[in-house]
Amino acid sequence: MSRWSIQDLECWDARIREKAGEFGLSCFPQEFEVCNHEQMLGYMAYHGMPAHYPHWSFGKSYEKLKTLYDYGVSGLPYEMAINADPARAYLMRGNSLCLQILTIAHVYGHNDFFRNNFMFRDTRPELTLGQFKLRADRVRGYVEHPSIGLQAVEEILDAAHALSLQCRRHTAIRKLTREEQRARVLDAAEPPHDPFERIHRPVEYRAPDLDHVPLEPEEDLLLFIAEYSPYLTDWQKDLLHIVHEEARYFIPQMDTKIMNEGWASYWHHKIMNGLDLPEELHLEFLVHHNQVIRAHPGGLNPYHVGFRLWHDIRRRYDEPTEAEIEAHGTPEKSGTEKIFEVRETDRDVSFLRRFLTADLMRDMDLFEYAKKGDQFVVSHVSDEEHWRGVKETLLRNIGMNTVPVIRILDADHDHHRTLYTQHEHDGRDLQYESLEKTLRYLHRLWGRRVLLETVMQGKSTTFSCDEGGVDRLAG
Amino acid sequence: MDPTVFRPYSESDALRSDRSAADRLRHRRKVREAIRGNIADIIAEESIIGQSRDKIIKVPIRGIREYRFVFGDNEPGVGTGNGDTEPGQVVGEAGGDGNGPGPPGNRPGIDYYETDITLEELVDIMFEDLELPDMERKKLREVPADTVRKHKGYRRVGARAHLDKRRTATSRLRRKIATRGTVPGAPGDSRFPFHRDDLKYRRLVADLRFQSNAVVLCIMDTSGSMDTMKKYLARSFFFLLYQFVHTRYHNVEVVFIAHDTRAREVSEEEFFSKGESGGTMISSGYHKALEIVQDRYHPTLWNIYAFHCSDGDNWPHDNGVALAAARELCGVCNLFGYGEIKPLNSGSYGDSLLELFDEVDAKNFHALMIENKEDIWPSFRRFLSREKAAAAAE
Repeated sequence: MSRWSIQDLECWDARIREKAGEFGLSCFPQEFEVCNHEQMLGYMAYHGMPAHYPHWSFGKSYEKLKTLYDYGVSGLPYEMAINADPARAYLMRGNSLCLQILTIAHVYGHNDFFRNNFMFRDTRPELTLGQFKLRADRVRGYVEHPSIGLQAVEEILDAAHALSLQCRRHTAIRKLTREEQRARVLDAAEPPHDPFERIHRPVEYRAPDLDHVPLEPEEDLLLFIAEYSPYLTDWQKDLLHIVHEEARYFIPQMDTKIMNEGWASYWHHKIMNGLDLPEELHLEFLVHHNQVIRAHPGGLNPYHVGFRLWHDIRRRYDEPTEAEIEAHGTPEKSGTEKIFEVRETDRDVSFLRRFLTADLMRDMDLFEYAKKGDQFVVSHVSDEEHWRGVKETLLRNIGMNTVPVIRILDADHDHHRTLYTQHEHDGRDLQYESLEKTLRYLHRLWGRRVLLETVMQGKSTTFSCDEGGVDRLAG
Repeated sequence: MDPTVFRPYSESDALRSDRSAADRLRHRRKVREAIRGNIADIIAEESIIGQSRDKIIKVPIRGIREYRFVFGDNEPGVGTGNGDTEPGQVVGEAGGDGNGPGPPGNRPGIDYYETDITLEELVDIMFEDLELPDMERKKLREVPADTVRKHKGYRRVGARAHLDKRRTATSRLRRKIATRGTVPGAPGDSRFPFHRDDLKYRRLVADLRFQSNAVVLCIMDTSGSMDTMKKYLARSFFFLLYQFVHTRYHNVEVVFIAHDTRAREVSEEEFFSKGESGGTMISSGYHKALEIVQDRYHPTLWNIYAFHCSDGDNWPHDNGVALAAARELCGVCNLFGYGEIKPLNSGSYGDSLLELFDEVDAKNFHALMIENKEDIWPSFRRFLSREKAAAAAE
């Protein structure tokens, strides 16, 4: 049925790789798998992994994807690439030759990004597939174990999934060990050096409570529970580790979505233009390319934003305008050098913060909207006065910034083994229904009472969850 | 750098790689459980009562959403415009799916929680956990309910399609060995052909399965005091009863009896749409029911379920007769129920027959009160649990 053969793909792939090399992309070895749409839906439901542990939520996600696809609400992605070494990507069998070439070029963009961006440095891509497989085997082992079974495993996985994103965001920053934390606490307790100590009253040394758990506020909820819960059995703790490790693997991808898609689009555009495609293929390519990177009015297409930003950075370094030279001086680097540097050192938040200019925002007509009654109403546009505000709102709505920060302050609150957690309120309130349900999961895992301190409508509020359910405590 | 690997599409891999099957099944089970959890709400939805079994209903589902800590819906978002966006411009509707403006899926945390199921599935789910004991199996006017053709043994003649090739070949071999090398046919011809006796055909017999029959007698008061709301409640109840009986028996017949002061057997359409008029003589309905049972549905052959809905405004002189008739009905029915429909705001302060029927005192009699549509499912369950108790007592 397809109008191309594997040989065609190999031949184009060789040319694309040659181009990619010329442009300076440095990639992992690449593997492609040709699949049909059902396999593609399957890969999508399981985060692109060839082996993954079972859970009903993936069945749900498959059904949802399939329904959307069957009713034509959403098409399938042309490609799916996963961060692994050798890198792996899936090509849809039914796509035309042009789409396959475009996809291959696009995939090399992702490949280069995964290999070079600092966020992915600790993801151990050479082990990815094997680790997912091992985790799947472990979970299956528990499910099949006569003393555990599906129900018990599911109960823990449900709870763990609810909390999986409650972990440290900066995966590239090493977590301190308990000893290092202790040293830091002791350090902090030392009175600061006072140049006028002779005339000041000496500050009294207050010994820090080194038995306090945790020593510093802890963001890795699942890890913490696995380490300190006296009630969970070993397999339950292992499940928490499994879910945590997986979330950790995906966080860098969530946090670089715009950069990554933009980077891949930038390079497929470059490569395709450098390939001397026959006119017919070239026209088809332009159609697809424009579809991929077009703006979604009202929404935010990461391909669109990313593509525009990379182009703009390059332009500012290669052909700065008079005004830009006046403001920032003559650039010291070429555009190419700059973008390769940025693809290594940034993630979406810093990328947008540093390179999304007011001009670009106006050009893309970025606006901020808010709910008013039953409608979404534009509250600000990117004009002289408000573009900073719009940008701040944008930064809050990408990647891990859409996940509230919850920290564990005390694992033995009131000496009752009550877990005291705090939501770091940044102006956004938590949604009540999900808060209630998620607290129950937290309680299920911790096994004792759980407190969550947050701010609701400007008032500090504490929620408590124990066997009886969730209560709102005053103040 | 290593050469790029292309793994071609493999049909056989694709066919056996339905990896999500088990997880999808598990998810569907959870959906069913969730539906069972709020079945009373669904029953109270007006639209399902009296619909055909293929009708697809949207059912809200709670309990299978995946929760996480998320920010509230009122937080602002950012979108791209067409180049001329002005403050104050409306960019989308907030109702419905709760998504932001623009293409779906650009805001996280929104989950589907509605699903489509057919009425038939819903009925299955509804009755799945009622777990009634096997009802008294009556000797039937045996209607062969199932004629499954079952494979039973072999024979020498039959239709070509039923030829059992393996047995046929074995039997030829057996014969060949038995002849000890003497080859039939012309000398020099070493072939050993099939003989007609070798042919073995599978024998199929019709497997008759006899099913219990059941009849549902729907008796409704259509006197002047039965208004639309009351009739709607009655109808809902009859619907459930019919659906239930239908899941338990293969042959179910339904008889509609409408009565005011006289009773008539009517068609389903008439039964529910007929205008109301006149006074009430409940006994007339019961007598008609008894008469029909006598004529067509002998209690030794049929499982009889009778249910009567009324607002209890009976003609006082009739009460004694009605009570006697009710007792008689209890004698022939598996289950006889009386539902008194008194919507709270109906302005009907008439008498109640509930007290009167207290005297019936038969194990298979059940009287209940329906005040609003939320009552229907709980009362229905109670009604059936009565039968359960009765069956257990026997």
